[in-house]
Amino acid sequence: MRHLLSSADLTRDDVRMLLATAAEMHEVQRRDVKKLPTLRGRTIINLFFEDSTRTRSSFEIAGKWMSADTINITGKGSSTSKGESLRDTVMTIDAMSVDCVVIRHMASGSAHQVSQWVDASVVNAGDGTHEHPTQALLDAYTMEQRLGSLEGRKVAIVGDLTHSRVFRSNAITLRTLGADVTLVAPPTLMPSGIGTWAAADGLTLTDDLDAVLASGPEAVMMLRVQRERMSGGFFPTPREYTVGFGLTRDRLRALTAANPEAVICHPGPMNRGLEISADAADAAQSLVLDQVSAGVAVRMAVLYHLLAGEEAAA
Amino acid sequence: MRADDTLPPAGAPRTVMSETDVSRALRRIAHEIVERNKGADDLLLLGIPTRGVELARRLAALLHDVEGADVPVGELDITMFRDDLRTQPTRAPLRTRIPATGVDDQVVVLVDDVLYSGRTIRAALDAVADLGRPRAVRLAVLVDRGHRELPIRADHVGKNLPTAHTERVMVRLSGVDEAGDSVTIAAGETRAGRPSTPGGAR
Repeated sequence: MRHLLSSADLTRDDVRMLLATAAEMHEVQRRDVKKLPTLRGRTIINLFFEDSTRTRSSFEIAGKWMSADTINITGKGSSTSKGESLRDTVMTIDAMSVDCVVIRHMASGSAHQVSQWVDASVVNAGDGTHEHPTQALLDAYTMEQRLGSLEGRKVAIVGDLTHSRVFRSNAITLRTLGADVTLVAPPTLMPSGIGTWAAADGLTLTDDLDAVLASGPEAVMMLRVQRERMSGGFFPTPREYTVGFGLTRDRLRALTAANPEAVICHPGPMNRGLEISADAADAAQSLVLDQVSAGVAVRMAVLYHLLAGEEAAA
Repeated sequence: MRADDTLPPAGAPRTVMSETDVSRALRRIAHEIVERNKGADDLLLLGIPTRGVELARRLAALLHDVEGADVPVGELDITMFRDDLRTQPTRAPLRTRIPATGVDDQVVVLVDDVLYSGRTIRAALDAVADLGRPRAVRLAVLVDRGHRELPIRADHVGKNLPTAHTERVMVRLSGVDEAGDSVTIAAGETRAGRPSTPGGAR
C-alpha cells in the first residue's frame, strides 16, 4: 500500500490486516505512555481545506503517538487564501520531503489528483462527495467490536446519500467484509446513477425507513444532512425530513423492538433533532463516541502500514 | 537453493532438544528464576509472541508447582519497536496484554524461544520502558544460538547452541505448533542481514 485514496483499493485481506492492527493500537491508547517509536523521523502533513474536528485531530494524534512529526495546514491559513493553486500548494509541501500528505478537500477526486503530483504517500481524509476511506474503516472496526464479524450482518445506511462520502466508502468496505447493506434515502437525496452500482455490488435501495427498521438490522448508520453542500430544495422543511428519515424516539423504539442488539452509528457531527434524536444519539446502543475513540487507532494502523514498511522506504 | 549437491538437503533437520529436554530445561529455568529472585514475589513473566508466550505460560505453571505462587503472565509484542521495519513489508502487530499489576516495581522476566542477534530483546526493552519502570528486567530463553549484534545476554538459558549463521534453528511447541516440543537445527540459507524469520525459525 502506498496511498489510501479509495475504499475500493482495499482487498478483504487489507481491511482485515488494518483492523487487526487497529485493535492492537487501541490497546496502546489505554496506556499511560501513549507513544510508539514506529514512525520516528517521518513527517506527516495534514492538509485540510474543509473544517474538521475529529478527523484532523485524530490523524494528528495518531501520527504523534507513533512518533512522527505532524504539521497541520488549513485552507484558511495557507497560501491558497492568497490565490495559490492546489497543485502549487502540494508541490511546495512535497518539496520539503514530507513522507505523507493527509488531505481533505472539497473537490471530489482531489486526493487521487494530488497522489499524481507528489512523491509522498497520500491519505484521502475526505474528498468532496466522493470518499472517506478511514471513516469506513473505523466504522467497520467499531461495529465489529460490538457485533463480531460483519459477514452476513444487516447494516442500514440512512440519510443524505447524495452528499455523503462517508456512505460511499462505508458501502464499499461493508461489502468487502461481506455485510448486507441497505441504503435508505428520500428520492431527492439518492445519488443519480446509484442503481447501476447497487445492482453490480448487491446494495439494496429503499425510501422506507420504517420497513427497514422493522426488519431488525444489526446496525443503523445515520448520516448527517449536509446543509453546507445543499443548494436548492432537497426536502421541503427540516421537520418533514425528520418525520420521514430521522431516527426519532419512536423509531428507536421500533428498532429496539425488532432487534434489541441493534447498534446506532453516526459519523458526526450530529444534527440533533434533524437526522437523529437526542434519545437515539445518547442511547446505550449508540456507538458515536466509540467511533471517535476508534478513529485514532484506525488512523495509527493506516499510517503504520503506509509509512513503516519497505515499500515506503524505497 | 543449495550451492553444493554434496551437502545434506537444506531442509533436513537435526534434533538438538527433545520433548524431555525442553521440559527439563524449563523446569531448571523456573528454579533459577525463583532462586535469583529469592521467591516468587513481584515476578511478572512477559512472553514475546508467538512461542515466547507459550513458554511464559509453561514457566508460570512450573513456578506454581515449585513455589505455589501464581505468577502473572503477559504478552509483549515488539513489532512496532523493531529497528528493521523499513527493510521489510509491514505486518499486523501481535497481541500485547499486560496483567493488571502493570510493570512498575515488578521484576519482569522476558521470555523468548531463541536468542540470536539480540535485536528482538532490544526492542522488547524499549517496549517495556514505555509501559513503566520495572524494578529489574531479566531474560529467559529456551535456546541461545550466539551471533549477538548488541550487548545483550540472557539470565536464564535452556540450552547454549553453537550455530553457524547459515543454519536455522526451529523451535516447535505443542500448543502453538502441530508437532510436539522439539528444537531442531537445519542447514539452510538465511536471508542476508536478516537473521530472524517469523514462524519459529531463527
